[in-house]
Amino acid sequence: MKLGALLAFPPAADRQLLPEGRLAGPMPWVIAIMMFLTVLAAAGGLALGEAARTLGAGLADRATVQIVEADAAAREAQAAAALRTLARLPDVTRATRVGEAEMARLLAPWLGDGALGRDVPIPVLIDVTLRPGATARLPELRAALRRAAPAVRIDDHGAALAPVTRLIRLLGRLAVALVLLMATATACVVMLAARAALDTHRGTIDVMHLLGATDVQIARLFQRRMALDALFGGLIGFAAGGIVLLLIGRRLAALGSELVGAVALPGFGWAVLLLLPAGGVLLATLAARRTVLGALKRML
Amino acid sequence: MANIVQFENVGLRYGQGTETLVDVSFSLSEGGFYFLTGPSGAGKTSLLKLLYLAQRPSRGLIRLFGEDVVTLSRNRLPGFRRRIGVVFQDFRLVPYLSAFDNVALPLRVAGVEERDLVTPVEEMLAWVGLSERSGARPATLSGGEQQRVAIARAVIGRPEILVADEPTGNVDPEMAGRLLYLFDALHKLGTTIVVATHDVHLLSRVSSAEMMRLDRGRLSDPTGALRYPPRGPVAAS
Repeated sequence: MKLGALLAFPPAADRQLLPEGRLAGPMPWVIAIMMFLTVLAAAGGLALGEAARTLGAGLADRATVQIVEADAAAREAQAAAALRTLARLPDVTRATRVGEAEMARLLAPWLGDGALGRDVPIPVLIDVTLRPGATARLPELRAALRRAAPAVRIDDHGAALAPVTRLIRLLGRLAVALVLLMATATACVVMLAARAALDTHRGTIDVMHLLGATDVQIARLFQRRMALDALFGGLIGFAAGGIVLLLIGRRLAALGSELVGAVALPGFGWAVLLLLPAGGVLLATLAARRTVLGALKRML
Repeated sequence: MANIVQFENVGLRYGQGTETLVDVSFSLSEGGFYFLTGPSGAGKTSLLKLLYLAQRPSRGLIRLFGEDVVTLSRNRLPGFRRRIGVVFQDFRLVPYLSAFDNVALPLRVAGVEERDLVTPVEEMLAWVGLSERSGARPATLSGGEQQRVAIARAVIGRPEILVADEPTGNVDPEMAGRLLYLFDALHKLGTTIVVATHDVHLLSRVSSAEMMRLDRGRLSDPTGALRYPPRGPVAAS
């Protein structure tokens, strides 16, 4: 079936064959609610997907090396040895010691300002960026570092955040499943509405048939009506969903959290969301056409 | 004249009930004028439904325009139906359409362009005396006016067969005469006319008409003229 044939509407004069009470019946409002929920679910899925991607890209191939040694001289010696070792390892693309200013900033919330100058044994931190996939060889890296600096500890960021990333991906998949469920429910609602409309207009359909109208000619009348309902409902639902998303976006931005801030619509997100009302119209048209043609086949 | 309609041992049963039509056999010549009479419940409307392809028979053979329509596939039915004009007993006008649009419906269904249908529809409405009411919806028309719209809709497409079920049931004798004149004019243009009626006065007003009589689902045809193949001239009783 060609898309043009599917979307071909009957001539203007024949459109009156079925009365069109736009927005008067429950159909557009039911579709509006479905579209509202679909937009929220789709936006959630897109934002969580973006969050998982951002977290993965930012932290998956990074690690922090700590030199936990109470004696300051030994700590510095081991730190220098660790940096030399890291520089030689092929899996390491970058190893940078976290500077004193940055350390002070990180510790300030717990130890207060000037913690570094109070003889508190603070570990040396080395920020390490690994080649993609090198986290699998982390035990070898750890062994090499231990030989150079016995007080070394390695924190694998990817491993630490793996449960969070897995949860985010699961929630993203759940959102996609919700969108599919909403689409199925919308198609079912359209099918029920098309069947009800067929029963209501059975007399007109019989006359059309006896005048020589084909099933496709009759189905076009119904699919046009359903498409209009889906268009009105879809636009209303999309507008409402869009307003809610903008409000949620503002609240998330106001939180100032790096982790929560990662949950944001990607650049193409609004374009994808805009496709939902168009998809809804197409889905409603197809569902109405399939239902009506199926029912007409059972008539003579 | 060639046979345009042929029924052979046709039976019609609704559900599990008794047969509404029993062993009905007849043939109609192309361009003929036929009255179908009989008491209420005799099966006239059922026979007409078979004729205008609203129903398939339970048994028997029906040929229209030389083709077996009992086993005809659904997707070929519209083409056959466009060759048959029907005046329903209950008019069956589309309530949301004006008189003009109701009459134009068969032309639109057949794909006639809007610019090509205005003149024929207006002429047809003038023919049935409804030029002034072309914009009126069925609910605002009287019974007689609705019937005339139904007749105009049935004949606008110049059908090869015109089937009318009690077409004069809701009109006064003068209008009945005008409608019969209209049918006779179509008949003279070559259309095969089949009119089911209770009105015995109508039967004598078309001299060339032949008559079929149904009684309790059986075709009463003492002369045998309507049988296929015909055995003699029809005598109106």
